[in-house]
Amino acid sequence: MEFLNYFSNVFTFTNILILTLGTIGGLLMGAAPGLSPTMAVALLIPFTFRMTAEQGLIMLGAVYTATVAGGAISAILLKIPGAPANIATVIDGYPMAKKGRSTEALHYCFISSFIGGVIGILVLIFFTPVLADFALKFGPSHMFWIAILGVTVIASLDSKSIIKGLFSGAIGLWLATIGYDAILGVERFVFNPIFSGGINIIAALVGLFAIPQVLSMLEGKQSQADQFQMEKKSLLESFKYNISRIKALIVGSVTGTIIGLIPGAGGQIAGLVSYAQIKKTSTNKENFGKGEPDGIIAAESANNAMVGPSLVPLLTLGIPGSPTAAVLLGGLLIHGLFPGSNLFTVYAETTWTFINSLLVAQFMMLIFGLYISGLAKYVMKTPTHYMAAAITILAIFGTYSVQHNFADVIVMLFLGTTMFFLSKFGFTAAPIVLGIILGPIAETNFNQAKIIADTQNGIFDYLTSGPLNLTIIALCLISILYGAYGDKAKKEKK
Amino acid sequence: MNMKSSLIKKLLLSLTFILSFFLGNMAVQAGDYPDRPISVVVAYNPGGATDFQARLVTMMAAHPKKDYLGQPIVIINKPGAGGKVGWNWFASKARNDGYDLAAYNVPHFISQSIVFDDTKYNIDNLEPIANWGADPAVLIVGPDSQFNSVADLLKFAKANPGKVTFSGAGKFVGHHIAFLQFQKASGVKITYVPHTGGVPALAAVKGGQVMAGFNNLSDAYRSQKDIKILAIADLQREETFLPDVPTLKEEGVDVDNSSVNFRGIMAPKGTDPKIIELLAAKVPLMFNDKKTLGQMKKGGSPMRIMNRAEVQAMWKERKKSLTKLLAGLKAE
Repeated sequence: MEFLNYFSNVFTFTNILILTLGTIGGLLMGAAPGLSPTMAVALLIPFTFRMTAEQGLIMLGAVYTATVAGGAISAILLKIPGAPANIATVIDGYPMAKKGRSTEALHYCFISSFIGGVIGILVLIFFTPVLADFALKFGPSHMFWIAILGVTVIASLDSKSIIKGLFSGAIGLWLATIGYDAILGVERFVFNPIFSGGINIIAALVGLFAIPQVLSMLEGKQSQADQFQMEKKSLLESFKYNISRIKALIVGSVTGTIIGLIPGAGGQIAGLVSYAQIKKTSTNKENFGKGEPDGIIAAESANNAMVGPSLVPLLTLGIPGSPTAAVLLGGLLIHGLFPGSNLFTVYAETTWTFINSLLVAQFMMLIFGLYISGLAKYVMKTPTHYMAAAITILAIFGTYSVQHNFADVIVMLFLGTTMFFLSKFGFTAAPIVLGIILGPIAETNFNQAKIIADTQNGIFDYLTSGPLNLTIIALCLISILYGAYGDKAKKEKK
Repeated sequence: MNMKSSLIKKLLLSLTFILSFFLGNMAVQAGDYPDRPISVVVAYNPGGATDFQARLVTMMAAHPKKDYLGQPIVIINKPGAGGKVGWNWFASKARNDGYDLAAYNVPHFISQSIVFDDTKYNIDNLEPIANWGADPAVLIVGPDSQFNSVADLLKFAKANPGKVTFSGAGKFVGHHIAFLQFQKASGVKITYVPHTGGVPALAAVKGGQVMAGFNNLSDAYRSQKDIKILAIADLQREETFLPDVPTLKEEGVDVDNSSVNFRGIMAPKGTDPKIIELLAAKVPLMFNDKKTLGQMKKGGSPMRIMNRAEVQAMWKERKKSLTKLLAGLKAE
């Protein structure tokens, strides 16, 4: 219970002020499309130069927590996930908002984020020593299977047609191969120098979600102002309902915690994987994609549960569990804090204050998040033509700011326009983005596995030996079979 | 006809006017330079070693009590393709008015300019300003490794050709160069497993996914408890951080300092020589600032400050040795 000794350190005037500002700023940055948690934390690192190590880390931690949750705001209200972590939130969040339940959806989002987040931080506090070595066990073969596990999710994301879902996933996997391959050092599909850096994931995310939304707004088929009639639901009712969805909360938090511990996988897929799991095992599958609160609850509890565990391998071994944790590593090093056992002995005070502040940040995120939920109706009441203009500006600004590259903006607009027409044929954006995220993980690790396996007993042996490999393969099989069985059962019912 | 000639006259007049305006403007710029913030392009992701060192060494630029540049330096990240995206942009599109500078990584950009056909940069179209750091590659093995010295490792590698796996931060970066030199000098066959960055490559060694690796001295120094550092690929030992680690030369493997990761600041070709002169005089002083040195040491980042002439010589020398080493290794 060492962490309790340092709890009072969090509650100084300056620290609370930093936490408050970090949380509000983080929620807003998270809501802006293109400003992912990774970007937000990276942008703020220079500001920590002049702070003490504790203050700097408290700010970065609060921003990390709040941006992950804030990304759901635009996912629910605008159908544009603020970051890859919030893709799954779109699938049910936006339909809910469309039915006038935007405030309710945001309530679920922040309550679930809070519950998931607290569970994640508690795992970080109590199990860090036990779990430290877990991250090291993941080699290329395991990471390859994790990516394949992600691929098995693709088909079940698309509610209309499995074939179209798989086809979209394949497009995403192909888009991911564009550019320079880090392992073999060769270029693929680079017909013009603007592609040599590959398709930026944020550019793809913003384009695939935001542009079709803008175009369909301009098409005039939906005018938000008329369509949205706000149903009033009190905060207390939301709380009660949210807590009663125990299964979705458990699936989300457990999936998020485990995925957070695996280095490199990150929260980007935590939300999607747990969304697919809750959908598969739900008794009312048909409601998913049409505004089922369970979808939001599972996805949001998962991506915030990922935050704490992703710091376990970072703080103990210097191995970041998520892209954002990788940026946080820089924040630690600037203040001369080297990850490793020193953090918990020599720098115990700073480290525990930081971890405790993360716990407090969850409460801050809940309070300010729920406050913002109440304002959602103003966004929904904004006339469509103003919204379309505002989204376009945000999309271009957000895409450009990622790496100051106008080529990304062109790619974003092109992918978005293409997606608009594809969506007319029933294709959806989520599997494409998932393909773009998983492609490099699967490919990089397979290539590494192949090189290592060639020095041993060959690739088949390397990929299929050891309990960890077999466990993940079993999970893949279960995921596929469960999906197939579910479909068959559904057909027979009809 | 008449109208046409008068049009041409007008055009010429306005052109001269515009030109004189620009020329006049440029003269003013050279005199007052810098009168607005300067941007430094980093070809890697925010949070990476190059990015965070670049931010540290430039943080004192606008300090009011110091006579450095008097204007802040803004870091702009243009990552992608191992640095190629950012440097290609810099060599072909950056303005040469002294307000667009970039951070370089040697040997990365030089070896890429040798191996790839589509790089728009090489040592001839870039102007070094000053070098701030040097991060030598070190040979590391896992904590429970059977190897306790370079000799152990070579003995095993000779008996099992191709079986020893080495991790490193990708192709044609410092770690890969160190690997190629090590393989060539020792005459044994070993296998290189490229990773997507220095941190994942280090994790692979810690977790025993690979048997050994070349990694940054700074990162290895920070994780000494989880790895064994067998040797350093440089001409002399690193006295500040790892005084007990021998060089590969001391261990009997003839590897020089070609793989040392040098980081510094450069300008595009065509920048006013007066501006380059000014930067070359002030920037090393800025790197040498006590506060900067303190922060860099706290972060475990070895400094090696070199002036413009020294960097020019280093680039030329590197280009020569890397061309020789990479001959026959052109990317498919």
